[in-house]
This record gives sequence, C-alpha cells and structure tokens, in this order.
Amino acid sequence: MSGFGNAFSSSIGKKFIMGITGLFLILFLIVHCGINALIFISDGGLTFNVGAHFMATNWIIRAGEIVLFIGLLAHIFQALRLTLQNQKARPVKYAVNDGKANSKWYSRSMGLLGTLLLIFLVVHLKDFWVVSRFTGIPTVDANGHEDLYAVMKEKFQDPVRVAVYILAMFSLCYHLLHGFASAFQTLGWNHSKYNGIIKGAGVWYSVIISILFAAMPIAVYFGLIQ
Amino acid sequence: MSTGNMNLTLKVWRQKNNNAKGALVDYKLADISPDMSFLEMFDVLNEQLINKGEEPVVFDHDCREGICGMCSMFINGRPHGPKDLVTTCQLHMRSFKDGDTIVVEPWRAAAFPVVKDLTVDRSAFDRVIAAGGFISVNTGNAQDANNLPIPKMQADAAFEAAACIGCGACVATCKNASAMLFVSAKISQLALLPQGQPERYRRVQSMVAQMDAEGFGNCTNTGACEAECPKGISLENIARMNRDFASAKFISEETV
Repeated sequence: MSGFGNAFSSSIGKKFIMGITGLFLILFLIVHCGINALIFISDGGLTFNVGAHFMATNWIIRAGEIVLFIGLLAHIFQALRLTLQNQKARPVKYAVNDGKANSKWYSRSMGLLGTLLLIFLVVHLKDFWVVSRFTGIPTVDANGHEDLYAVMKEKFQDPVRVAVYILAMFSLCYHLLHGFASAFQTLGWNHSKYNGIIKGAGVWYSVIISILFAAMPIAVYFGLIQ
Repeated sequence: MSTGNMNLTLKVWRQKNNNAKGALVDYKLADISPDMSFLEMFDVLNEQLINKGEEPVVFDHDCREGICGMCSMFINGRPHGPKDLVTTCQLHMRSFKDGDTIVVEPWRAAAFPVVKDLTVDRSAFDRVIAAGGFISVNTGNAQDANNLPIPKMQADAAFEAAACIGCGACVATCKNASAMLFVSAKISQLALLPQGQPERYRRVQSMVAQMDAEGFGNCTNTGACEAECPKGISLENIARMNRDFASAKFISEETV
C-alpha cells in the first residue's frame, strides 16, 4: 500500500473531506455575510459597492472563488456518495423508528437541508453571481463602481424571491447547527475543555449568520435601508 | 412463572430465513406480570405458540444479566426498548402499560443479515475485532501490576470504552447503520493503555478497513448511538478513532 493508502476513500477519510470542506464553507460565509452586511450602512450602497468591486476584481479573491467552487462541489459530491452508501447499509427499513428519542431532527435531515440549500444556491447564483460576472451590472454608482446594490434592490422587490431567501436561511441555520460542531467531532477535535465552546460557538454562528442574511432581503423589501 | 394483569398486543417480525420475505405478525398476550423481563414475556409467548403447535419466535439471548450483549430487539423504534442504559433482557414489563401495542423488529443492517425472526448474524463485529482488536504479547510470567504506571483518568477512560458488550444497538439505531461507536470503543480501550501502543496505528487502520468491508454505513454524528448504547459508550471514542486514523494515515511512517 502506498504512503497515504486509502486515507480519503475509507469511511473516515470521506468524513474528513465533508468536515474540512464544511469548515471552509463556514469561513466563506463569514466573509460573504460580512461584506453583504455593508448594505446596513444605508449610504445608498456606496460602501457595499466598494466591497463588491474589490471582490470582483482582486485576483486573490478570484482565485479563491475557484477554490470555493471546488470545495462546494467536493462537499456535495461526497455527501451524495456517503448518502448512497448509507442507504445501501440498511436495505430493509424499520416499520417503527423513533428517531426523535435519540437525536435532533436536523442532524438526521442534513441531506434534505443540503438539497434545499443547493436549489436555493442555483436561484441565488443566477440572481447575483451570473449578473456580476457574466451578463453585467447595468448601472454605476456615484463613485463609478458597478452598482450591485441597485441590482439587489431591484431583485428584492419581488415578495416571492424574498420568501424563498428567508426559507433558505432557515435551512442554512439548521444545516449549520448540526454541521458546525459535527465537523469538529469528525476531525477528532473532541475535548472536554473545548466541547462547550465549540457547541456554543456553533449555535451563535448559525443563528447570527442566518439572521443577518435573512435580514438583507427583508430590509430591502420594506425599504428599511436606503 | 408469575401471572399478572397486563394485556398486550405484540407485532413481531417473523422471517423464516435470510432469503425469505418477513412480515410483522400480531399476537395477543393476556395476564402478563409487570415484574417479568421483556424476554420472559417472550418466553410466555413462545410457550403458547408451542402449545398451539406453531413455530416459536427465535431471538438471541444468553446471560440475561445485561452483560453478554446477545439480546438484540428493536422495540417500538428503539434498540433495547424505551429505557436508557439497559439491555432488552434487563427491560421489565413495568416499563409498558396495560393495553400497549409493542412492535418488535430485528436489528436492521446490511452487515447484520437476519438469520431467523429476531435473530441477526453479528459475526461482522467478530471479524472487525479479529482484524486488530487485540494486543500481541509473548507468553510468560505476568509482570507485577504496578510496573506500568497508568494515570487514573486514563485507566477509567479505557475501562469505560471496554464496557462495550458488542450488542450492536449502535448500528441498529444509527440512521446510516454505522458501526463507528462499536469500532471506536474497541480501538479506544487499547489505544488508551500503554499495552496498546505498539500496534496502535496499525490497529486503527486494519479495523476501520474491515468495518468498511463489512458494509456498515458512515457516521453523520447524529449521536443516536451514544443515546441508545446500553453501556453509555461516549462519542468521544469516535473522535479519538478519527484522530488516530488521521495520525496513522498522515503522520505515521508505518504502512499497513
């Protein structure tokens, strides 16, 4: 057997990939949420557009974007592989299975929550990413930056889209509630002195990120920010 | 056998053999004592079935003291029934109510094929142990017990992992039929002690490889195994196994 053997093809190795890509996506969400939160400055999107311009033009960020897509695809691909294997591991289902007696519903529904997020992601990328990278942002702001903020304002006039975004953030919140601490456990970082911190940080992170993201379409739709 | 005042409806999985198609079959039981154990209740059912000339329900059991790990019933959607930290044999009918309907199924996993009725073949666990769940020592006189100082915490943790009776409740309850809690307990009980060190990184790789080969699912950290384990084996063991696996694959220079 070669040096690394079946390091990543074994059951634990596949979990490592889920955990590592999951933590990477968690870090990405902090950056994404942080820059988007610039809309709350309420200066007509000027600061937000500076951030968006930087993200669209800086070559390190652009290279990071490729890594992000690779990480995301690895997370999805690995999840599919694991799910199919897991279904094969129990070909005959129980007539009665009292899952709620021993585990949280969202920990048992990561596949469903992830699928909802994937569907949302298609909508979301079409709404903003495709516009800013390919079809082009139609207007510029007072500083001469592409006015992504105007695109956002226009998109979030549609109540259906706002509702979809809010529902997606519920999926995100529950997906993260399990995923955050779970990634640490998978990577072996289970330690009686730090478990409480990891669990607590996971809950705070999941709730804050989801609420901040959900607040954006709500604030734009109701005209709470200018 | 004592009689009592409980009337129950049992829905029991009956399956002739591994190839046959199984089904839940209804049985009415009267005058069951709340002081009976769950398995004694099944003994009563089986005596009635035998008297009627029917095939008794086949189920695994041995010590009936909660220590051997043979009993294995999935009762009302939970392995070993509704009580925490007990095996099926230590579950008593007082944990149920008169008039209850109780659904009893075998452990369900591809790696645990049904032999008959409620009995499954758990020899996959034996093969995982045979792959590395041991220490190799030369025979000779036993050395003095205190020659190897072991910190109390370490010894306790090893002992807690060693409490695993290999019943398979973790596999049965896991939504993925994963055996990680069992395998990690069997790895940890040795990894925590000095005697387990020489083969530590070889062992984790061999046992995980065998676990995968047996067709168990992958862990998704729902924690159901820990919640249902009759011996309270901790998820900490899974994290330790994952750590050791990473060390073995990415740091250790020894290959298996």
